[in-house]
Amino acid sequence: MTTTAPESRGRARRGGLMGSTGLYLATSVAALLFLVPFYLLVRNALSTDPEITGEDWKFFPSHIQWGNITEPFDDPTVDFGRSMWNSLVVGVLHTAGTLVVCSPAGYALARIPYRHANKVFYAVLVTLMVPAAVTFVPSFVLVSSLGWVDSYRGLIIPGLFSGFTCFLFRQYFLGFPKELEEAARVDGLGHWGAYWRVVVPNSLNFFAAIATITFISGWNAFLWPLVIGQDPSAWTVQVALSSYMTNQTVNYHLIFMATAISILPLLFVFLFLQRWLVQGIAQTGIKG
Amino acid sequence: MSTTTTRAGTARATEARPRRLRGSRALNFWLFTGPFLLGLAVFVYVPVGWSLYLSFFEARFTVTPSEFVGLGNYREILSDSGFMGSLGTFTVFAAFIVPTTWALSLGLALLVNRLRFMRAFYRSVFFLPTACSYVAASLIWRMSLFNGVRFGLANTVLGLFGVDDTAWLASPDPPWYWLVIITARLWLQSGFYMILFLAALQNIPRELYEAAAIDGAKPGWQTFRHITLPQLRATSTAVVLLLLVAAYQAFDEFFNLLSKTTWGRPPLVELYYTALGQDQNYGKGSAGAVVLTVLICVVTLFQGRIMGFGRGEQSK
Repeated sequence: MTTTAPESRGRARRGGLMGSTGLYLATSVAALLFLVPFYLLVRNALSTDPEITGEDWKFFPSHIQWGNITEPFDDPTVDFGRSMWNSLVVGVLHTAGTLVVCSPAGYALARIPYRHANKVFYAVLVTLMVPAAVTFVPSFVLVSSLGWVDSYRGLIIPGLFSGFTCFLFRQYFLGFPKELEEAARVDGLGHWGAYWRVVVPNSLNFFAAIATITFISGWNAFLWPLVIGQDPSAWTVQVALSSYMTNQTVNYHLIFMATAISILPLLFVFLFLQRWLVQGIAQTGIKG
Repeated sequence: MSTTTTRAGTARATEARPRRLRGSRALNFWLFTGPFLLGLAVFVYVPVGWSLYLSFFEARFTVTPSEFVGLGNYREILSDSGFMGSLGTFTVFAAFIVPTTWALSLGLALLVNRLRFMRAFYRSVFFLPTACSYVAASLIWRMSLFNGVRFGLANTVLGLFGVDDTAWLASPDPPWYWLVIITARLWLQSGFYMILFLAALQNIPRELYEAAAIDGAKPGWQTFRHITLPQLRATSTAVVLLLLVAAYQAFDEFFNLLSKTTWGRPPLVELYYTALGQDQNYGKGSAGAVVLTVLICVVTLFQGRIMGFGRGEQSK
């Protein structure tokens, strides 16, 4: 595998067609392998059960079963529509709440010169050492004694206070141009006014990147919703999907259709927000 | 509102200014950080403290401690074959998943980085699985790709070569389930780390390759070994540590692929069954959580040592 800079033209000409054909061939094979699971998902979602489990392999269903699309919503055993709605509510509120809570804190740590700011910053840093998932037992103990099991509060609130997100905002605001803030101060705005009217509107790209990442991880979260959602009415879509796998009756096409539907919102995020997503990953991943 | 305080202060008396200003800073600081810190205290510090407390008590079926047992819970969990076995499972899992993901994501990044046409397309394809949840992937893997019956894709393909059906997830012996778990996670997370490697690859100065070419380095392995790889060291280290911490937290795919098995349980799954399973032994579960927290702290401190904690501040 060669890693020469694509600019070295002489070599590119010599390596020529052969090299680049090989390159595209290798990349395409890898890409096809990566797409296989998606293909299986769509194929099974639009097939009848006999065609999914049949002896002879069919690349695509002979008749595409569009009627399968509504089936998960009519299933009496698992309230799939409800779980989608729960996930949407949790995902949106989790994202909005995280931004509202973590961003001002990160700003203050970066930009308000206060005597004890360092001590506070260390108190935040310490929490980065322990991933939230590791402490799910104690968190559950706390949330259940608050009586928040099976509620949106229990699903959303404990996850809002992410030391990591606060840390990312702090790092970002350290690099925010001072001049803009000073202009705001000259115009008579205090810290609070300057923050919401000048700093935030000029940081929308960063906010969008963090929001995208937060929404995806919120939508895909499983362990915490599983612990909190004891009653099916409080299940998020991930918990509902998981319950399909342990159900007595296996309704293949329905299960795959439900899975496909559960991925749709994120597919939308990927198609339309990819710029921020990639930016967000580059920012969050490196610092993690 | 803070504006008026500051401005009025400035107008009224200049000598009082530093103090007023400091006061307004303190006020603003707590105004900005207050809600976050309160939440952090209640939902991060309190649970950890409480579990530390709870771990010294007997607490079954209830989250209120009943009887002081000292180190009893710790003795119990550290001699529990399930819990110790879960640490072994994590070690095996990490030993497989960390190097394979590192190699695959770096390989994909190298491929994509060399493309001239359709680079964005291929990048998106490799990145797409990130949209998929671990639960959804487990479902596809378990019910279609690695279904133990003839119609699973793996068995169908192997069947073409005359291989008998394999029950991939049914038994720990032979441990085929590792293949299922590793491939699922590889598929899910490689695209993410590929993005990190791509960003790093694009930051390598072109001059280094030109200088190497002048010095007679052969393109290919030699350049890769002596320029690309060393230039990627920081990213590689970060990726390996991120992968390690992610593997430590593995739960979703183990829980869903191996539901209700007694084998193949990583630490968090084991803890889930201890604290929230049949026993509902919160005292023992808390002790387990404390042990896992201490272990991960050691890892992250080590990580801080390697990466230099807070070094990012200066570079920004």
